Amino acid sequence: MSRTRVPALGAEGWFDEGHDGVSPALLGSRCTTCGTMFFPKAQYACRNPACEGTEFEEARLASSGTVWSYTDARYQPPAPYVSTTDPYEPFALAAVELDEGGLVVLGQTTAGTTIADLHVGKRVELAVETLFADDEHEYTIWKWKPVDE
Amino acid sequence: MSNDVIVAGVGMTPWGKWGRNFVEYGVEAAKEALADAGIAWRDVQFVAGGETVRNGYAGYVAGASIAQALGWSGAQVSTSYGACASGAMAIDVARARILAGLCDIALVVGADTTPKGFLAPNAGDRPDDPDWLRFRLIGATNPAYFAFMARRRIDLYGATPEDFAAVKVKNARHGLANPRARYRKEVTVEEVLDSPIVADPLRLLDICATSDGGAALVLVSEAKARELGIVHGAVRVRAVSCVTPTFPNTVIEMPNFATDSSAVVAAPKRTFMDSIAHRTYEQAGIGPEDVSVAEVYDLATALELDWYEHLGLCGPGEAEKLLREGDTTIGGRVPVNPSGGLACFGEAVPAQAIAQVCEIAWQLRGQAGERQVEGARVGITANKGLFGHGSSVLLSV
Repeated sequence: MSRTRVPALGAEGWFDEGHDGVSPALLGSRCTTCGTMFFPKAQYACRNPACEGTEFEEARLASSGTVWSYTDARYQPPAPYVSTTDPYEPFALAAVELDEGGLVVLGQTTAGTTIADLHVGKRVELAVETLFADDEHEYTIWKWKPVDE
Repeated sequence: MSNDVIVAGVGMTPWGKWGRNFVEYGVEAAKEALADAGIAWRDVQFVAGGETVRNGYAGYVAGASIAQALGWSGAQVSTSYGACASGAMAIDVARARILAGLCDIALVVGADTTPKGFLAPNAGDRPDDPDWLRFRLIGATNPAYFAFMARRRIDLYGATPEDFAAVKVKNARHGLANPRARYRKEVTVEEVLDSPIVADPLRLLDICATSDGGAALVLVSEAKARELGIVHGAVRVRAVSCVTPTFPNTVIEMPNFATDSSAVVAAPKRTFMDSIAHRTYEQAGIGPEDVSVAEVYDLATALELDWYEHLGLCGPGEAEKLLREGDTTIGGRVPVNPSGGLACFGEAVPAQAIAQVCEIAWQLRGQAGERQVEGARVGITANKGLFGHGSSVLLSV
């Protein structure tokens, strides 16, 4: 039985997996009044306090950037985190300064990445991987993938 | 008329891990503060509670529960929630009511019983809650956010794990002389470096525990202090800052996934953490050069170093030098965390910002015993709560 790939609960509409020739991307929103980008998408009102905007258009964020900082999780985080391995295997996290848009976005790094593969300033690109799965679904999430330099 | 309120009484339980009802700790701290002030409970006109914290959010009824346990007196009541800044918010509300002339005597109290282990969200699916989402989608615990900042110090300023360990060693030594501290044991740099990594580069002994405890203050107006005959030489609350960040906040803020964008509006002159202390100094008309002692939130050792800079005790990138030269050790130029800090206490969230003020009050009164900072005249506290809550109080004698 094949599982259906769906974004993890809460991340619906937060990213696009990409397809032929189009790289995966985080989906933010851009205020149509002042042009400021937000991720996750802004709701209700523009969060620039000098802007009265209340309308937004979806915006694909830059799919690459440089590591602003990084760490890892040597102990299994508590629920609602779902571990995919038993015993638990640590994963690394990166805070990434996007190439455009003026944002830093957190994410896990792709499977198999450890902190030895990371340094501040390291180039990374967006990837979509499975966060965890059940009998029917693979729940997907964005991750940061180190790029060979 | 000054904008000061007077600290008439100070009370604080020992910190520990007993799992008893938080009201018990609150009552004990409140009774000690009232006795210290020589003020009867029934004369308190306003009770400001720091809300208990359960999994990132407000927990149990705080102000009214403690007021009921002390005996309903008809006092006006409030409870403030600001995560780790809850205690400072309660102080701010009490101070504002006193300065507005709405009351003369206020009791500020915070207490909690904290569960063991990582602070984690409540059970159940809540995909519209950023605090739930950060655990579910990326597994980012609180220490992960602390570790991002620690790594920045290493990368930008050449900090070393030994520097981080030296913060723990200093605070452990300070806490030896504090009878209310939960951990009263010397720690060596080697012990810190031998402890397991939790979130690289931070190790178990770099990160504070969670604790039970209660702290309380009796605040009075200047006129009431004069009437009580305690105005001379009294400890004064000169400023309270519970500011939010200024857009765009370009440093990642727990529990968020991303910073604000600085592409359209440039980053503000001061980062959020800089702005917290700046507002305090501005209100008090006192600068960092006048500070004799500070209590800052060492949730992780590296964050204490960040605070040296955000408080203006040194310039950016100079915190390690300040630490290494002993300036922030008792006996140094500006001792930081003479109480032993969170390293020796662990965090009892709504009590902690009040406990910081208790320590500064004892230091300014010259009642800190073997951990006394000689000649302390001006003290500042600093911390920051999840979701963008600033917390800083400046006191002087």
